[in-house]
Amino acid sequence: MSKNRYPRLLGFLPLLGMMLMLGGCKWTLMDPKGQIGLDQRNLIITATLLMLLVVVPVIIMTFAFAWKYRASNTKATYAPKWSHSTKIEIAVWLVPILIIIALGYITYKSTHELDPYRPLESDVKPINIEVVALDWKWLFIYPDLGIATVNEIRFPENTPLNFRITSDAVMNSFFIPALGGQIYAMAGMQTRLHLIANEKAEMEGISANYSGAGFTGMKFKAISTSQDDFNAWVAEVKAAPKQLDQAEYDALTKPSQNNPVALYSTYEPNLFQKIVDKYEGMKPGKPVKHEKKEVAAVEGSDTGAHSTAGAEE
Amino acid sequence: MFGKLSWDAVPFHEPIVMVTIAMIALGGLALVAGITYFKKWSYLWTEWLTSVDHKKIGVMYVIVAMVMLLRGFADAIMMRTQLAMATEGSPGYLPPEHYDQIFTAHGVIMIIFMAMPFFTGLMNLALPLQIGARDVAYPFLNSLSFWLLVSGVVLINVSLGVGEFAKTGWVAYPPLSGLQYSPGVGVDYYIWALQLSGLGTTLTGVNFLATVLKMRAPGMKLMDMPIFTWTCTWANVLIVASFPILAATMALLSLDRYLDFHIFTNELGGNPMMYVNLFWAWGHPEVYILILPAFGIFSEVISTFTGKRLFGHHSMVYASGAISVLGFMVWLHHFFTMGSGASVNAFFGLATMLISIPTGVKLFNWLFTIYHGRLRMTSQVLWTLGFMVTFAIGGMTGVLLAIPGADFVLHNSLFVIAHFHNVIIGGAVFGYIAGFSFYFPKAFGFKLHEGWGKAAFWFWISGFFVAFMPLYALGFMGMTRRLNATTNPEWVPYLYVAMFGAVMIAVGIACQLIQLYVSVRDRKQNACESGDPWNGHTLEWSTSSPPPFYNFAVIPTANTIDAFTEAKEDGTAYQKPKHYEPIHMPSNTATGVVMGALLTVFGFAMIWHIWWLAIASLVGTIGYFIIHAARDDQGYMVPVETIERIEAEQHARLVAEKKIPANRVETSLEQA
Repeated sequence: MSKNRYPRLLGFLPLLGMMLMLGGCKWTLMDPKGQIGLDQRNLIITATLLMLLVVVPVIIMTFAFAWKYRASNTKATYAPKWSHSTKIEIAVWLVPILIIIALGYITYKSTHELDPYRPLESDVKPINIEVVALDWKWLFIYPDLGIATVNEIRFPENTPLNFRITSDAVMNSFFIPALGGQIYAMAGMQTRLHLIANEKAEMEGISANYSGAGFTGMKFKAISTSQDDFNAWVAEVKAAPKQLDQAEYDALTKPSQNNPVALYSTYEPNLFQKIVDKYEGMKPGKPVKHEKKEVAAVEGSDTGAHSTAGAEE
Repeated sequence: MFGKLSWDAVPFHEPIVMVTIAMIALGGLALVAGITYFKKWSYLWTEWLTSVDHKKIGVMYVIVAMVMLLRGFADAIMMRTQLAMATEGSPGYLPPEHYDQIFTAHGVIMIIFMAMPFFTGLMNLALPLQIGARDVAYPFLNSLSFWLLVSGVVLINVSLGVGEFAKTGWVAYPPLSGLQYSPGVGVDYYIWALQLSGLGTTLTGVNFLATVLKMRAPGMKLMDMPIFTWTCTWANVLIVASFPILAATMALLSLDRYLDFHIFTNELGGNPMMYVNLFWAWGHPEVYILILPAFGIFSEVISTFTGKRLFGHHSMVYASGAISVLGFMVWLHHFFTMGSGASVNAFFGLATMLISIPTGVKLFNWLFTIYHGRLRMTSQVLWTLGFMVTFAIGGMTGVLLAIPGADFVLHNSLFVIAHFHNVIIGGAVFGYIAGFSFYFPKAFGFKLHEGWGKAAFWFWISGFFVAFMPLYALGFMGMTRRLNATTNPEWVPYLYVAMFGAVMIAVGIACQLIQLYVSVRDRKQNACESGDPWNGHTLEWSTSSPPPFYNFAVIPTANTIDAFTEAKEDGTAYQKPKHYEPIHMPSNTATGVVMGALLTVFGFAMIWHIWWLAIASLVGTIGYFIIHAARDDQGYMVPVETIERIEAEQHARLVAEKKIPANRVETSLEQA
């Protein structure tokens, strides 16, 4: 990932902000474990400091003016008819405009750079994970490894993670706060998210979009490990007794709360695509127009491919 | 016969609900008994419930708003208590099916049934007086609007004891709010409460737009309308443009739920993303509908209590207009995380930021109104200064959320909760409370107790910071909204602090209730019936308090922005005309009450699938309206003698308070 996202002039702001606001603080979003999260944290700090350039003077002026022009202070100037000054009017429009131009520039740049659909640049081969939100648990499929899990994912550190996300129930939001941004999980559609872990860590994963009675317990563990530990874990899952066949999957879709972690050594072929297709045309596994999109998406490192609107159906 | 309705719908097994219902029932019985004992039924019916007088309708709106504030706040305290108890594995005292109804009800009540009627009430009370009108353009329609709101209020409160309320969050996103995932009546209560009150709001918007366009005092140019009137006008433009979207969205959701359409479902080509877009195409303008009138109140308060003209009146009008127009172009910032491309997200992020420009201009204009002024530190001014500080922070966190890259980690977190409470409490609610005590003397002829008002302010604002600053922090710690229990031990202290803040706000609300009681008790000492307690700038202060039912014996003229200040300065204020003309006034009518009642029954019947009753009540509503429309009632003329008697009383008050010299009264009387 490129580190110089903002002009060098603004580069010192995140550092300054860290020192000012959060010395030694362990807030998840302020102490992220992945590059995307770091970039998003720096963006938050930069933007906040920029805005404080207006907000702090406004707050100080409020107190200062209210004190100076209090009714009991008869020494202060009193000009009851004074209600217009072209100079001040220009200034009060210009100051917010300048701040917003600066912020707008940062916003435009960062929105494209932090687009969740944009694959991360890295020499390491990414791990593909397909995510299905169910009532009320998360199903994860590793299509390249042939394994599946419920409520837990593991992945090697410093390896790009390519998530494809859908839902087989209501709308949820797939979110690992310590790694960076979230994206909605919606039935009949797939959304994408690209993250990376910079270090080994055991992190909370949650649904960030309320989805009903079991929402609170809809959590999973996201664990970044060394490559060796990851390989060992994959071997362990491949030896797991459970298999995610159609009957097992159907049982899994029944609403349940606070599910324990489950490991599946195999899963029903093409399961993710079947779940996505189930809601459109009602012919699971036989997509009419998805094949084409699939090709586009694999090539789709250019973000322009998704720039129209909404998730892919 | 009774559709889905049966005794099972009443939650006898839920002690919390049953005790609440018992208390409401007892309170209601006491109220009915009291009215009966003091023989006030006919007074209530003829003077209030059937009234088409904008001032009385305004007072009734504010009463509803305050009652619903208590209801919505009770929900808030229950949620904070649950979250303070349900930590580290404890389930707390509210099971999910109950807790989920509470946060849904809290959101709907506070926005639709507290903030909206509060703003509508203040607008009803002050706007026609500000522009020198005798009533709104359509007085009966105004009464109907109010009773439609009451219909919604009744339905949402009935849901407490009969059936359930929605468990979907106040946004009610499908497919969760669809029949498959919410088979109960909760979402139907939600739909019909919003539909009925929303219709009332739309009619209010139409009514007040017609009023400012057609009924301004002679000489009052559009740009010279008082600032509160202007901000309300922009809010009404937003209402007329956005509430039909809500009505259509709710209608489409009804089609899904009642007739098995698949507009927003997962299956058969339905698309929930469409609902999300439509909901926020209404929902975002809605927050500007709430905040703009509050901006107007702050402007009035600041310019009145500095004894100075508002700085940059025209700039304020343009800024409000810019906020209104831009407010329609930013809805997607509520769901950057739905998977739109970077360019779409960037567009909506930038559009959102643009709104902070006119908003920042407003803050500076208030500051420069204080500049070179003589600021009297009344409770209203405290609310305004408190707002300026709080809102600057809330605006900043709002702009932060408008940056898609930042929103991806903050979306749906407690940071968002902290942000919108920051702007809605620190912006809209502070404004309404300031407006309440600012216009209270105009409605009732006596001032509210200042000491209790200031105490309320200090508890509210410190309670606000104690309750919501921890939520900003929790947002950064990765706590998402709508959780009913938490397991992270690091969050616990913050949740306790937030709970304590809510208790402080409760003390603030208690101070307001005591303030009301003390003020009513001591109303003789605090009387200000001559009508200008604050040395006001605009026409509403030129008439008595409460104003006569015809507002102005003679329609005033207004040639400048601060028409009443000008008149006081050049000695033309309170001038008595040579003679009075009879005044044409609209008659009271029960049609609004009756139609509201019938539509409440209609909504209830639709919720419970009692089709015969739904048809009967709808036919009844339409029939009653046709009869009303066909009646031959042209209103009535107020005879000159009545006007002379009322105006003579007002003159006596003005002389007694030395607002006008006694000799001028004599000459005036000779002229008369």
